[in-house]
Amino acid sequence: MEAIYLTFVFVLAIFLGFELISKVPSTLHTPLMSGSNAISGITLIGVLASLKADNLKFATFLGFLAVIFATINVVGGYAVTNRMLEMFKKKDEGGSK
Amino acid sequence: MNSTALFINFTYVLSAALFIFGLKMLSSPATARRGNLVSACGMLLAIVVTLFAQGIDYKWIILGMIIGSAIGYVAANRVEMTAMPEMVALFNGFGGIASMLLAWAEYHQHPEISSFIGFVVFLSAFIGGVTFSGSMVAYGKLSGKITSKAVVFKGQHIANALVLLAAIISALVFSKNPAGHYGAFLQIIFVALVFGVTSVIPIGGADMPVVISLLNSYSGLAACAAGFVVGNNILIVAGALVGASGIILTNIMCKAMNRSLANVLFSGFGSTTQAAGSGPQGEVKPASAEDVYYILEAADSVVFVPGYGLAVAQAQHVVRELGDLLEKNGTEVSYAIHPVAGRMPGHMNVLLAEANVPYDQLVEMDDINPRMDSVDVCVVIGANDVVNPAALDDESSPIYGMPIIETQRAKTVIVLKRSMNPGFAGIQNALFFYPNTRMYFGDAKASIQALVAEFKDSD
Repeated sequence: MEAIYLTFVFVLAIFLGFELISKVPSTLHTPLMSGSNAISGITLIGVLASLKADNLKFATFLGFLAVIFATINVVGGYAVTNRMLEMFKKKDEGGSK
Repeated sequence: MNSTALFINFTYVLSAALFIFGLKMLSSPATARRGNLVSACGMLLAIVVTLFAQGIDYKWIILGMIIGSAIGYVAANRVEMTAMPEMVALFNGFGGIASMLLAWAEYHQHPEISSFIGFVVFLSAFIGGVTFSGSMVAYGKLSGKITSKAVVFKGQHIANALVLLAAIISALVFSKNPAGHYGAFLQIIFVALVFGVTSVIPIGGADMPVVISLLNSYSGLAACAAGFVVGNNILIVAGALVGASGIILTNIMCKAMNRSLANVLFSGFGSTTQAAGSGPQGEVKPASAEDVYYILEAADSVVFVPGYGLAVAQAQHVVRELGDLLEKNGTEVSYAIHPVAGRMPGHMNVLLAEANVPYDQLVEMDDINPRMDSVDVCVVIGANDVVNPAALDDESSPIYGMPIIETQRAKTVIVLKRSMNPGFAGIQNALFFYPNTRMYFGDAKASIQALVAEFKDSD
């Protein structure tokens, strides 16, 4: 039953994603990609929940590596997206001096 | 479900809502930055609340997060805007490998799983692995560490089909009885890594925007599959959003190049069209800096059409300076950007924004084409194939059917070019021989600087 429920969530989220993303103008497609890099770092949540103190050593090692990679994505992705979006200015905001 | 788990899951709903709001705010440059912050808050909330769960291994988690944050933060602040495609490629790969490692760790910890979970473990490991190795190849190509040419060999499609077949067989064996087949699982990982390399290596440099969009999508889908493995909704929702985003971008890129995804993935474009050496011939009309200055000085509206050559020459700042001088002169200035200008979707917009071009001057191809007839001067800088009118009327041209910025309909077209060599796709440009086209030869940056100097002298 859980499989059905998760699949349900998945299908709805895909449709929502299509609706949302198709409204993003092409001017912002690069920040969209780096921002979605950050969101795909969501795997971090799964890793944190599965990295239990009583895990086997090898599983802990794999989880540790996964934490590093996913955190790079989350922090790097949001930071670089912010840096890019900061540069997008309207004319009267002193865009051209 | 105990009360802590309930609390955690309710908070995930809130996080998901914040991701959705964040993406919604990305629909306008005015709200985009706040949108990114909203999305980041959603992520922070999800991370913090997950740490409330009982029995997790704080030592390794905190150490891992410190290392990851440091690397991510430094990379994000150091990266050049021209190198964004490489960075996104790397991050796609990291997302993929994280999902693969999560599936592996879960399976290693609990090998006794149902066939369904076995199947999603396979998906997570396979998609994650392909994303990782494919992204590393894409990164290598984009950064010039390996050749950006399409690497093709005889029987490549058959080799790829065999690799894929091996993956399917391992998947079947594995998900039938996951507990007894650790070997099959390792085989899946190995095959995934090989397949990532063999499927990206035959794709040429010009097609990289499609590839990184596609890998972006995979990294989301890998996170989704990982969400199924650990039964976590937030991974599924967030992964699906990223997956959808990547698919849309892939589609936009393919349309802008008038090619199907299958054609991009299997044909090795860069390697097949070099024979197109003939094409349009005729006389071109060169112009000096002074000529160009008089044309621009008299124009009421000027549209710059930048291509990646502009960024290579690091000329975006002088172009903006020229744009400012023109505006002071009472000319209406805008920048028309083709969807495949630059090396990833939207790349050229970021490069111009970095040079302080206000975003209300950036116009999309579909907005500028209908009013091209009323434009006085188009200045084409470092762009070639995306302004080639052969795409409209020459059925024998390899780029026939590709949507272009129709600069030839402007009253005057000025093309900045180093020499008469053909562009990326190796096709001579019919635009150069149009009666209303003037060629302004020289290095893009130096040429623009000469124009800026002309304007300043006349003051």
